[in-house]
Amino acid sequence: MLELQHVSAHYGPIQALAEVDLVVRAGEIVTLIGANGAGKSTLMTTLFGTPRASSGRILLEGEDITALPPHRIARRGMALVPEGRRVFAKMSVYENLLLGATPLDGAHVEENLRRVFSLFPVLETRRAQRAGTLSGGEQQMLAIGRALMSEPRLLLLDEPSLGLAPLVIRTIFRTIVALNREHGLTILLVEQNARQALKIAHRGYVLQNGRIVLEGSGAALLADPQVRAAYLDAAS
Amino acid sequence: MTAAALAAPSPLALRLRDALAVTLLGGLLALPFIGLVTVEEGGALAVRTRWSAWAMTLAAIFFGRLALRAALDAWHTRRPARKRAAFSSTDAVLRRAAGTSLLAAALLLPVFFGDNRYVIDTATTLGIYVMLGWGLNVVVGLAGLLDLGYVAFYAVGAYTYALLSTQFGWSFWEALPAAGALAALFGILLGYPVLRLRGDYLAIVTLGFGEIIRVVLLNWTSFSGGPNGIGGIPRPSFFGLPFARSAEGQTFHEFFGLEFSPMHRLIFLYYLIVTLALLTHALVSRLRVLPTGRAWEALREDEIACKSLGINTTTVKLSAFATGAMLAGFAGVFFAARQGFISPESFTFAESATILAIVVLGGMGSQLGVVLAAAVLVVLPEVGRQFADYRMLVFGAAMVTIMAVRPMGLLARREPTVRLNPARSSAP
Repeated sequence: MLELQHVSAHYGPIQALAEVDLVVRAGEIVTLIGANGAGKSTLMTTLFGTPRASSGRILLEGEDITALPPHRIARRGMALVPEGRRVFAKMSVYENLLLGATPLDGAHVEENLRRVFSLFPVLETRRAQRAGTLSGGEQQMLAIGRALMSEPRLLLLDEPSLGLAPLVIRTIFRTIVALNREHGLTILLVEQNARQALKIAHRGYVLQNGRIVLEGSGAALLADPQVRAAYLDAAS
Repeated sequence: MTAAALAAPSPLALRLRDALAVTLLGGLLALPFIGLVTVEEGGALAVRTRWSAWAMTLAAIFFGRLALRAALDAWHTRRPARKRAAFSSTDAVLRRAAGTSLLAAALLLPVFFGDNRYVIDTATTLGIYVMLGWGLNVVVGLAGLLDLGYVAFYAVGAYTYALLSTQFGWSFWEALPAAGALAALFGILLGYPVLRLRGDYLAIVTLGFGEIIRVVLLNWTSFSGGPNGIGGIPRPSFFGLPFARSAEGQTFHEFFGLEFSPMHRLIFLYYLIVTLALLTHALVSRLRVLPTGRAWEALREDEIACKSLGINTTTVKLSAFATGAMLAGFAGVFFAARQGFISPESFTFAESATILAIVVLGGMGSQLGVVLAAAVLVVLPEVGRQFADYRMLVFGAAMVTIMAVRPMGLLARREPTVRLNPARSSAP
């Protein structure tokens, strides 16, 4: 589905990603874990062309998207739930969702709305409300729902648990699993909350200083002593 | 109704008592001022009573107070509701009512003040500012791009008409779309280099752009007449009928069999700007509920989120600049046609600042707010003429007060672009 071949990225002279190789196969949940500043979010935004990969290739369903402008990439069946949710605060929940349908030029809006509302019923009750007044968990649901409005086949989630209460995190993770199992959505999940992410992931990658240092199945990484020491014991 | 109000005797009784008290006081005050009148009687002054006028004043005070009280109470009970997150539908009803009455007032103004040149002139100026405010509202209020050089596009429109009409004999209606298109082109021209800029940096570049246009017009004498400006710009005609005492063909007053009056042209100009402003309003409100307009607002809220949602931020920004510039171009054509003479002096930074103040004061993005703010900014200096030297001081103080009391603008609440069935959307 998605393949990164030796992808590097720079912010000016600073290298943020170094020769990253990563594969997401159709139907998988793949997670990318790593410490603050390891380059996780950069990897996500590089997929969308900001910053552009300075070398290497990014293939989406076999096609090279490395040089495409961001708004074209979104039309290829890949949607990003950005870090920190970034809902349009002054606009209503409904308007936020409509904006999510931009890559389809407004096609299938009604069906997709129904799908999102059945996934997150709370969004339906709050649909006339300003997005900025939702709780953090609801905003995260809105951000995911907004991304789903473009009928993506690959969903990128950047730190969906950021700043949320444990109970809410559990709901979000359950939703992610449901999206994968029941709706057949392929998911690339970036998380600091390594334990929970690895538990639901088929496979995982560990990113350190812009390099992939480890990869393996979710269970194997959970059991890996190095991973345990670096990301699990301290965290939770 | 709050619990406190319910515990009191009864709101109606309270209001009646309040109104009676006010009427009593008003009646006492009005007795010498309105109840008595001096008349000349055989060379001497005599005092007469005017009981009917006095009674009418009392009635006006009584009912006025009742209405004021009711409005204030409604306002106070609504206040907690305003903090609620959901877009309330009473707000929309109030807005619609205010909008409709303003429109009716605008259309009926010449009926009541048709012979008052001063009122019509001021109202026409107000119309220009409302239109400019609505145009800039697209750029600043909706798309969130701070533009300090908006007057440049106004100048482009004005000079386009001035040159096309004086050099090539184009009529007002022919020049209008041309000027709009040219101004939009300038909008894109400005938009391209500033695509990556936001906030302060964008403001500085747009400020520079506005000055460049003005300085070019000031110095390129062979093209724009320099500081002498362009004079003798033809006035718009009424579908080919000129507003003149006599002309080669038929004139407006001859055609309609009216007595010639210089007011005809002024009233026509007034209705012309009202029409242009209404068209502007229709265009902007329509665009706002279309994906284009929604993308403008999304851009204002979060550019990064826009990119991740597949919104082409380049075209969104350029379309906002172009739309705003085009509307200013239209307003510029009208301005040139109305004045008959234009010079770079009319397009200084102060003008940009005034238009921006209208948008900010009105509450960014609010169409009705722009009208109110424009009314304040245009009418206040006029009213202040009595204070002569202190005029601008009063003006500045009023602006500071408004921003202190309502920091988000007169009408800060944003109207949603999609109205939902309230029964279904209200949360339990």
